[in-house]
Amino acid sequence: MREVPAVTENGVRLTDEQVRRRRSRSIAIALVLAGLVAIFYVITIVKLGGNVALRSF
Amino acid sequence: MTSVDISRGFGPAPASEAISLAAPADYFALLKPRVMSLVVFTALTGMVLAPGGIHPVIGFVALLAIAVGAGASGALNMWYDADIDARMSRTRERPVPAGRVAAAEALSFGLVLSLGSTIVLGIATNWVAAGLLAFTIFFYAVIYTMWLKRRTPQNIVIGGAAGALPPVVGWAAVTGGIAIEPLVLFLIIFLWTPPHFWALALFRSDDYARAGVPMLPNVAGVAATKRQICIYSVLLAISGLLPTVMGFASIYYGIGAAVLGLGVILDARWVLRMRDDDPKMASARRLFGSSILYLFLIFALLLIDRSAQSVGLIG
Repeated sequence: MREVPAVTENGVRLTDEQVRRRRSRSIAIALVLAGLVAIFYVITIVKLGGNVALRSF
Repeated sequence: MTSVDISRGFGPAPASEAISLAAPADYFALLKPRVMSLVVFTALTGMVLAPGGIHPVIGFVALLAIAVGAGASGALNMWYDADIDARMSRTRERPVPAGRVAAAEALSFGLVLSLGSTIVLGIATNWVAAGLLAFTIFFYAVIYTMWLKRRTPQNIVIGGAAGALPPVVGWAAVTGGIAIEPLVLFLIIFLWTPPHFWALALFRSDDYARAGVPMLPNVAGVAATKRQICIYSVLLAISGLLPTVMGFASIYYGIGAAVLGLGVILDARWVLRMRDDDPKMASARRLFGSSILYLFLIFALLLIDRSAQSVGLIG
């Protein structure tokens, strides 16, 4: 069955190519965001090192 | 002077143009990946030569931030220079002049990455390195691209400082400061830039003339450019010896740098002997290629030399 072309909020009907490229951009943004989360997580762990165990409760 | 219509990127676009056909590869191309690879390599050399150490993960993040910062300045350059890029055969297929990425998208992409890379470098290492990275981006995007490039044939001489700063940023990421050693690396890249880009300007002078960019061959003539290339090549070869002279590289590096420097001087001499109206400018093309190889090999030699010293292979 043929996929119905996506329609933007402005009523513009996207071509298959536009939909495909938009999807690839969205995936790229998701990967970059996931990479940023990983970077901040790793930086935090490396900078804290063993000091996290010295925290007083 | 040519100016860029900044407003075109901000105004409402017709519905047919508002739907972007840009692929992730187009945004990656905005970062000038080939320049970015040289930046990563020279920054890595600055980090390796720096005294003390850096956690490998933090070092990797620092290199990534420096690379993205350099890429961001490339995106800002492509945003501002879209009008002249469209008139040059070498650059007309770049994402903005080719119409794959809107000017405003390139601008916001560059600004977001500039801010993000500076913050990440500051958090991961220190704010001296982050400040230097921000200054590098500012120097390339504003001082070189917006101010010098269209105004003076000394554009790439002064603007070359931006490309020369990455090893200083890398050194600062490890030490939190600046010393004479990274400034020597800065000097090598700074003196490398004019002969490299003037060689390109010699065989692309029609392109630059069409775009109205006052490169040296178009303003001072081919003969004067060839002389300047020779002078800077000799200075470059001498600066390549400084790491050994100043004691932070071994004599083996010095021998290698002397051989490479001699090669660059000989290539520059071929350029000097080339006829001014040579249609192919083969010697200039050769120098353009060999200068890239020179810079890569000089920094590779420095890396190998320091690695050999640290494992005790050489004193």
